[in-house]
Amino acid sequence: MARATTFRQKTITTIIAWTVAMVIFFPILWIVVLSFKSEGDAISTPIRVLTSAWTFDSYAVVQDRSDYFKHFFNSVIVAVGSTLLGILVAVPAAWSMAFVPSQRTRGILMWMLSTKMLPAVGVLYPIYLLFIELGLLDSRTGLVIVLMLINLPIIVWMLYTYFREIPAEILEAARMDGAGMRAELLYVLTPMAIPGIASTMLLNIILAWNEAFWTLNLTAAKAAPLTAFIASYSSPEGLFYAKLSAASVMAIAPILVMGWFSQKQLVRGLTFGAVK
Amino acid sequence: MKQIQLRQVSKSFGDVEVIPPLDLEIEDGEFVVFVGPSGCGKSTLLRLIAGLEDVTSGQVLIDGADATAIPPARRGLAMVFQSYALYPHMSVRRNIAFPLRMAGLDRAEQERRVDEAAKVLNLTEYLDRRPGQLSGGQRQRVAIGRAIVREPTAFLFDEPLSNLDAALRVGMRLEISELHKRLSTTMIYVTHDQVEAMTMADKIVVLQHGVIEQVGSPLELYRAPRNTFVAGFIGSPRMNLLEGAEAARHKAHTIGIRPEHIAISTRKGDWQGVVGVSEHLGSDTFFHINCPDFAAPLTVRADGELDLSYGSTVFLTPDLAHLHRFDDNGLRLT
Repeated sequence: MARATTFRQKTITTIIAWTVAMVIFFPILWIVVLSFKSEGDAISTPIRVLTSAWTFDSYAVVQDRSDYFKHFFNSVIVAVGSTLLGILVAVPAAWSMAFVPSQRTRGILMWMLSTKMLPAVGVLYPIYLLFIELGLLDSRTGLVIVLMLINLPIIVWMLYTYFREIPAEILEAARMDGAGMRAELLYVLTPMAIPGIASTMLLNIILAWNEAFWTLNLTAAKAAPLTAFIASYSSPEGLFYAKLSAASVMAIAPILVMGWFSQKQLVRGLTFGAVK
Repeated sequence: MKQIQLRQVSKSFGDVEVIPPLDLEIEDGEFVVFVGPSGCGKSTLLRLIAGLEDVTSGQVLIDGADATAIPPARRGLAMVFQSYALYPHMSVRRNIAFPLRMAGLDRAEQERRVDEAAKVLNLTEYLDRRPGQLSGGQRQRVAIGRAIVREPTAFLFDEPLSNLDAALRVGMRLEISELHKRLSTTMIYVTHDQVEAMTMADKIVVLQHGVIEQVGSPLELYRAPRNTFVAGFIGSPRMNLLEGAEAARHKAHTIGIRPEHIAISTRKGDWQGVVGVSEHLGSDTFFHINCPDFAAPLTVRADGELDLSYGSTVFLTPDLAHLHRFDDNGLRLT
C-alpha cells in the first residue's frame, strides 16, 4: 500500500531536504565563488564577495606558479593504479572468502576491516622507514602500493558482498563444464560481477584521489598528487583564500565530474546487498 | 560394465555424518534415480560423484579408475542443476558452447555441435537470446543442451524439474527419458518426487538419513519393499501400514496393503468403516475410510464411477495375495 502523504508533509520534507543539501554543499559553493575573486575581495566581508568583480587571476597565478598537470597526472596514476592493483589482489581473495569459506573467513574479514580503524599516523613511522630503505619515497610506485594496501579492506569487503550474491551453482556448473580455476574466474565470475567491480573501482578511485595523509607525508615534489598541490597553497595566516580556492577547485573538479556521471552506479554499489 | 562405483564412501560436514559409509554400483547406460525425502543426502551423494564435494572417506571409481582426487572439471561428467545455473551474461549459443570452449575444440566443431544440440532440443531460434529472455522450460533445455554437447561419460541431474510447473514437468520428464533412450548414456537423477522416480528409472536408490534403504527396479520396489520406509515412500497414494491386532493375526508387527489392493463394498467385507474425504481423479477415486479398529484412516482406490457419500458405512476386504508383512524392526518378512 502506498503511504498517504499530504501536500503539506511533502512541502516540509522538501524544504528540510534542500536545507540539509545546501548546508552540505555550501562550503564547496563558497570555494568556487572565492576562486573567481581577487585576494583582497576574498577575505572581505561576505557582502563584498558577492558584489565584487569576477576574475580568473587566481587560476592563472596558480597554474603559473605550480604545474597543475604534473600533479593531476600523478593523481590519476596513483588513483587508477592503486585501484587496478587492488582489484587484482582482491578478486581472488573475495572469491575464496565468498565461495570457499572456512570457519575463520568471518574473522579474517573483520580483522581486515579493523586495520581501517587504526589511526594512520600510528604506522607512519615504520612505513616511512620502509620507504627510505626501499627507495620509494616520493615515487608514484610507492604511493600506488600504499594506497592499494590502505583501501584493500574496503575493496575486498565490497567485492565479497557482490560475490555472495552470485549463485554458487553457476560456478559449480562452470567447474562441471571443464573450467579450471583461472577460466572460472575469468569467463564466469568476473563478467557476472562487472557491475559490482565497476562500483568498487569508482569508489576506490575517489577514495584514493582524496587520500591526503599518505600522499602528503610520502611525497615531496616528483610524485606529489593534487592533494599536495592544494596543501602548498594553505598558509596559517590564511591570506591566500582565492588562490587556495582556485587550487581546490582544480583538484576536486575532475573527481566531482566523474562522481556526477557515475552516481547511479555508485549508489547501487554502496547499497548493494542492503536490500533484498 | 560397472561404470560408476562408490566404495565405502562417506561424507561428514564438521561433526555431522550426512552419509555413513555406503557402497553403490551403477551400470553403463543405466538410468538411476536417487529418491528420498528432503535432507536424506541424495543431492550430497550426487555432488560426491560429481566431485563438487570431497568424500570424507572411501573411493569413487569412474570407468574402473579411481576418480576420488580428480577435480570435477576432469571427471568427464555433465550436470544439470535445479536452478539451471546458466551463465546469464552469455547467449544461449555461448552457454551451450562453453564446455566445448573449455575443452579447446575449434570454432567450426563448436558451431556444428551446438547447432546439432539446438536442433534436438528445439532451441535453434533462441540461440542468440540471453537466458533471462527464456521461459523456465527453455532454460532447462539450454541446461540440458550444455550437458549433452560434450558427450559426457554420464549425466547428473539434481532435481532438474522442481522449478517447473506441473504440466511442463510431465513434458520434460518424457523428453529426458526420450533423450536417455536415444543417447543410452548413464544418467543419475536426483528427485524427491517418487512419481518421477517410478516413471523414469531403470533402477531406483531409496535413501533415508544418508543410508541406502533399497536398490531395485521400480516394480521390484513397488512389489517387494524391503522395509516399511520404502513401502510407505514408493507408491502414490502411499501404502496403508497397520499395526496391532490385525497385524498380529498375520503374524507380523506391521502389515501393509496398497490402496488398489482393497476391495470396497456397501454390503459385506472383513473390515467395517465410515467414508471420510473422497478424492475424485476421474479415472479413479480415492476414499479415505475411518475404521474403528485402526489408528489412521485407510486409503482405498475405487473405480472413478463409484460415488459414496461422506459418513456412509462401507466394508473393506484386503487382497491377501498382495499383503506385505514386516517385523518389529520394520523389515520385510517372507
